Amino acid sequence: MKVDRRSFLGLGIGAVAGIAISPVGAKLTDDFSIWTQNWPWTPVPPDGEVSYDRTVCHLCPGACGISVRKIDGRPVKIEGLDPYPVNNGGVCLHGIAGLQYLYDPSRVKSPMKKVNNRFVPISWDEALTMVADRLGELRNDQKPDTLACITGSDQGSVPGLFKHFMAAFGSPNYLTMPDLESWLVRTAKTLHGDAYTLGFDIDHSDFILSFGAGLIDGWGSPVACIQTMGNRRQRQATLVQIEPRLSNTAASANQWIPINPGTEADLAMGMCAVLLKENLFDPVFAQGFKGGFMRFTAMVQKEYPLDKVAGVTGISAADIQKTAVAFAKAKMPVALPGKGRGEGAQNLKEFAAVHTLNCLSGNVNKQGGTFVKPLPKYLNFPDPVQDAVALKGAAAAPLAGSVQELVTRIDKSGESPVKALLVYNANPCFALNDPSRIRAAFEKIPFKVCVTSFMDETAMVSDVILPVSTFLERMEDVPSKAGLAATVVGLSKPMIKPVFNTRSPGDVVIGMARALGGDMAKNFAWDSYDACLEQVTARIWGPLVRKGHVVLSENLPAGSVETDFEFLAQNPETVKPAGDLEFTLIPIDYFRVPPTVPAPSPFAIKTVSDRILKGTDMFVEINPQSAKNLKDGGFATLTTPAGSVPVRVHFNDGIMPGVIGMVKGLGHTLDNKYVSGKGVNINALISPKIEPDSGMDAAFGIKAGISKA
Amino acid sequence: MSEIENKTEHGSMDGATAGTAGDPKNDTGLGLGVIFFIVAFLICFLSGWLLFPKLLYSKHEQPFNFDHVLHVEETGDCESCHYLREDGTFSGIPKTESCLDCHTDEPMGDTKDEAIFAGDYVAKEQEVPWYVYARQPDCVFFSHAAHINAAGMDCKSCHGPIDETRTSRPYEENKLTGYSRDIWGKNIWGIKKNSWDRMKMNDCAVCHEKETGHKGYCFQCHK
Ligand code: SF4
Repeated sequence: MKVDRRSFLGLGIGAVAGIAISPVGAKLTDDFSIWTQNWPWTPVPPDGEVSYDRTVCHLCPGACGISVRKIDGRPVKIEGLDPYPVNNGGVCLHGIAGLQYLYDPSRVKSPMKKVNNRFVPISWDEALTMVADRLGELRNDQKPDTLACITGSDQGSVPGLFKHFMAAFGSPNYLTMPDLESWLVRTAKTLHGDAYTLGFDIDHSDFILSFGAGLIDGWGSPVACIQTMGNRRQRQATLVQIEPRLSNTAASANQWIPINPGTEADLAMGMCAVLLKENLFDPVFAQGFKGGFMRFTAMVQKEYPLDKVAGVTGISAADIQKTAVAFAKAKMPVALPGKGRGEGAQNLKEFAAVHTLNCLSGNVNKQGGTFVKPLPKYLNFPDPVQDAVALKGAAAAPLAGSVQELVTRIDKSGESPVKALLVYNANPCFALNDPSRIRAAFEKIPFKVCVTSFMDETAMVSDVILPVSTFLERMEDVPSKAGLAATVVGLSKPMIKPVFNTRSPGDVVIGMARALGGDMAKNFAWDSYDACLEQVTARIWGPLVRKGHVVLSENLPAGSVETDFEFLAQNPETVKPAGDLEFTLIPIDYFRVPPTVPAPSPFAIKTVSDRILKGTDMFVEINPQSAKNLKDGGFATLTTPAGSVPVRVHFNDGIMPGVIGMVKGLGHTLDNKYVSGKGVNINALISPKIEPDSGMDAAFGIKAGISKA
Repeated sequence: MSEIENKTEHGSMDGATAGTAGDPKNDTGLGLGVIFFIVAFLICFLSGWLLFPKLLYSKHEQPFNFDHVLHVEETGDCESCHYLREDGTFSGIPKTESCLDCHTDEPMGDTKDEAIFAGDYVAKEQEVPWYVYARQPDCVFFSHAAHINAAGMDCKSCHGPIDETRTSRPYEENKLTGYSRDIWGKNIWGIKKNSWDRMKMNDCAVCHEKETGHKGYCFQCHK
């Protein structure tokens, strides 16, 4: 038998024909296409029972209600909670990425101590004993006031526990990082006395005069503000945005008024002068004007005449006059202080001057206006029992009024006046101006304890790290802050058991106090933080647990409030950017990059525009008019009195000539490959400038030079 | 298989004989070619129909047999175990915990299956790793509420008369895609007689077109 070519041909054709009229082809084509979509090496979360649970996001001061979708109890998705009085179903990109923080590569997985400049894991017992031993020494030496504590915010029961700890320990040196809320409290204190804060009813206002407040760029409670801005046009409310750069907020405003950076306070004072001169202030509300009103009136007329203000701010006298009059004549005007997010370096003069516009308009404690509201008082901590050591220590004069001031004190002394430092939920070594100076000052402190979830820049310079559970793993009260009209207290609940060996920060404070023993332990006799929370929120605990939130101030605050003009009547100096270089470098608050704690999630970093960050290259914005020999997209060297960095240039017609803008919050060096080493931390280029009256760093920008690399 | 082999062998022998019967060279080639064609055709054709499904799907027995008839008799309806929650989500396969409303770690009857359930799952507080015949891909969002409540559909329309089954048939898994054979359907050509025979995208679209006049948009189901 001879098998030739034809036989093979027959074999082949036969096989093809056989296959062709069998289902193999059709079925395999279908299956292959599905197979490619389900490649077995693609990770797929396991299937299981779906459930939803509600809690509160505290990744930023927004305090939005969120709904967490879970599969077999494991959180897989975060959505906005509807209805919720803050965010009504909305959620921002940081909120939806909240799950990434659970498994973030920079999470601290167990307590750590530093040995030979490296961190080694230790047990909770060892860590707490170590902290108690070192802090106990301070009390034994009768120097409890050499302990300092820095927290990210001072509201809610966890900061309350830290304050309680400091009081029982005997130290007045409890400091918080500057956030919008702290500026508003400071402003209210200056103009209206203690125990007030400011809220803004932007929702109902018909004329919003914003001094750079990034209403859709992260100011206040971001989702709430973005929603308010979303329905602004239907309400026919006017937004006038005053800032040196066409931000997203400015772009959506009715009018954008570019202003020389850092002269907002002068503009507000000039506008006050216009209102006073033209008798456009509210006579009824003026009856509550106490302290220095006449002197203030005389001073602004003299020191802030239109021409002079026009010269300083770069805005024409006619525009200033027109805007001030439009503001005063509006039915429900509101003036908003706080450039960008309103956090970090700002200045009290500007906040006070802007709020004075509100006071002159008389639209205070009225719908659509500004609320001077009592600070939320829903927490009742027992009075600390102080022993003799604590009493003496607590009576000592505080070392500083702000973290920057404390750093300056340490800087200037040969030996640090602070012997031990507690840091909770704050990253001063990244978030404040001139972080290397802050790191250097911290190095001089003999013992530093960082209570944190992430190995961030501040954790890295500490001696002991006490890792805390993230917001999805713990119970906590979350008061809404930052300028909302109403105060809402939400209750965040654990959505999942702690992924690592972490504890809730409240339990960490209680644990430290217990380890210290004696009166310290007696002051913290709660079984756990959860029991403490139930006790200190007793007044609202029931509804808080039932509903998940409580609205504290549903009604307008009491009508009349006294206003004190003493501070402004002295015409405090406007803090000017340091240096004498040609340009002014200003930080840009860009919503996708949180400037403080926690660092951006890998997801958020992915959404940053190529015109801000490309690979690891940082872009700065500059107006093509002042760019000279620079090229769009080209490399350049940016220099300020504080340092010099390589950057790339992005031409933007929407930034004033002479101004360089740089996004704030990039350039992390923490232990997270998705977030670290990307761009430059603008804070490293700005040296702090302490405002004499507030004791706060007011260096919003700095003079800078830029040249082709 | 042996049948095919037989045919193969005879085929080639016949071919060989025909080839040597005295025809010129060319004819022999042609004859052989035809025979080779037929043989190859038959092998491939029959493999495609008979062997291929066996190779493509692997069979898994359920952890133990589940008698739907018995349970429907006891509880009255499907909804006692497979119900919609208040928020509209579907409870799907009941967790061991919900079986505890009736069952304990002592077997209720004397069947082998009951003993397995009580001993291996209830007593150990473990979930039963059921194979789910109707599981759709992850990218498919399917709302039971929309179909049961809003459209008033019967469970049977998609799942068939599952309440009438006394035994759990083996779960057949497509080795390539990992999906249940029920999605493509038992029939290897994908031909269906009943609405519940297949559950591919097009089956959804056909029904939607019929009921609502529109096939629907991608994002309605793909999220
Ligand atoms: S705005 Fe703030 S609180 Fe609200 S979801 Fe975003 S990060 Fe969370």
